Amino acid sequence: MQVVEGSYAIAHAVKRCRPDVISAYPITPQTHIVEDLAQFVADGELECEFVPVDSEHSAMSVALGASAVGARAYSASTSQGLALMWEVLYNVSGMRLPVVMTAVNRAMSAPLSIWNDQQDTIGARDSGWIQIYVEDIQEAHDAMIQGYKIAESKDVMLPLMVCADGFILTHTYEPVVLAEQIEVDDFLPPYEPEYFLSVDNPLSFGCFAEPDKYMEFRYMQHEAMDRARIKIKEVADEFGKAFGRYYGGLIEGYNLDGAEIVLLTFGSIIGTIKEVVDREKNVGILKIRSYRPFPLVEIRDALKDAKVVAVIEKDFSAGFEGALFTDVKAALYNHINDLKMLGFVVGLGGRDVRADDILEIIKRSKSAMDGGITDEWQFIGLRGELL
Amino acid sequence: MKELRIHGRGGQGSVTAAELLAIAAFRDRKYSQAFPAFGAERRGAPVMAFMRVDDEPIRIRSQVYEPDYVMVQDASLIGVVDFMSGLKDGGILLINTPKSPEELGLKGNFTLRTINATAIAKEMIGRPIVNTTMMGAFAGVTGAVSLHAVIYAVKERFRGVAGDNNAKAIKRAYDLMIEGVSS
Repeated sequence: MQVVEGSYAIAHAVKRCRPDVISAYPITPQTHIVEDLAQFVADGELECEFVPVDSEHSAMSVALGASAVGARAYSASTSQGLALMWEVLYNVSGMRLPVVMTAVNRAMSAPLSIWNDQQDTIGARDSGWIQIYVEDIQEAHDAMIQGYKIAESKDVMLPLMVCADGFILTHTYEPVVLAEQIEVDDFLPPYEPEYFLSVDNPLSFGCFAEPDKYMEFRYMQHEAMDRARIKIKEVADEFGKAFGRYYGGLIEGYNLDGAEIVLLTFGSIIGTIKEVVDREKNVGILKIRSYRPFPLVEIRDALKDAKVVAVIEKDFSAGFEGALFTDVKAALYNHINDLKMLGFVVGLGGRDVRADDILEIIKRSKSAMDGGITDEWQFIGLRGELL
Repeated sequence: MKELRIHGRGGQGSVTAAELLAIAAFRDRKYSQAFPAFGAERRGAPVMAFMRVDDEPIRIRSQVYEPDYVMVQDASLIGVVDFMSGLKDGGILLINTPKSPEELGLKGNFTLRTINATAIAKEMIGRPIVNTTMMGAFAGVTGAVSLHAVIYAVKERFRGVAGDNNAKAIKRAYDLMIEGVSS
């Protein structure tokens, strides 16, 4: 174990996965990851084609092309950069190319904010990429290694983004176990695609699909996501056996036994929430690791004895509510009828989420449990004087 | 768990000090965490960095609001930044200044220690970059990290002569604080 910056840990894990091609455009707070990788390549520690590009659109296009010829490809971005990748994200998933990226979570402009929230990757929710959200730096490091194994699995073949909170994880120093090359080589076999572009065996990727075929392509993406549910769990188990670290499969429960109030969320705020919950009675945490594919069955099972679920997230759909909140309600509808469901938005644009904010959410959840009236969906920590 | 908040100006190495103290604490076989008050840092503008140390793995990720220790790298922040905000009763405030604690006249239920880290850094390192000197003073005043771990962390980051000179400045600051001298 050693104390390193989160970005370094992520870059180190990517290096251990032996990517053939890395293409990325620097953008805060993703920059350190790409700088570290560029350094590894320059120092000869990583044999890899590092392609500097003019934009994130080009970065993801290079990753797409590399993956299509059978290379293991990596990219990283955040916020506006991720948004600029948008159309290529859909192309990568539609061509069933197992590109893996680190999506560093940052607020969307305007107003310009370089700070953390999760609006950016929530926007990419429907792009056909697997989305894994991580809680701490060790999990971010480990999820990169797991990510390639999941994405490149023959029965999945989907791109995957590891969503890691910007600054809070990327710029923090804490003790991390950095994987050894031999460990990763034993765990992650080389990428050997069934189909790839080659002059010896010409194929077309992403070609024209007329209305008589397009729906089937899209449906098969959905089926692959269903199979990814199983694969994510399998790979988490295998990783646990190989490395001795386990973070749950699609979800992970914390103090759920006997919990009347369950705080359901993802990302780095879980650490702070754990500190708070340890001092509370009958309050548990349900962590969502895999947001796509969405763990419908697991959530239903984990919440079957709860009285209130409070969904906490750093994003929302303007004119409706938090995206995770909507999804959780949809997953539970027709399955658990006597559960009160509350949604809370916190930490937009880097607003620090304090233990007091979590206590306030627990207080409002208790009030709802006792029959008190509280808004079903609300913002925590708004400064009324600015409104 | 003990929590430190570092105040400085952009370019003074406050973030580096937090990082290196986290590495030092881990060298002391404790868990640690360091991070900056993420912002659009500009040279000379007030900045903050945080460090936590504990015997258990550290999970909390909010900023530090009620520090056990506050370290101020630049006395020009006095009256500019509310660096005493939330400082715990019985906490320690360490300021880089040629003035004595009495001369500063800062009142509160905390221990105030001062050190002329700028003079030490100029003499030992040849540059008025005080972060490593302040780390030595921090180790001496608080005992939250050991002297040898601080020197280890700094020498890992700054190799060769630079590392040696920084280590001397750290040792000087540490000794002054242990002896109870201001500067």
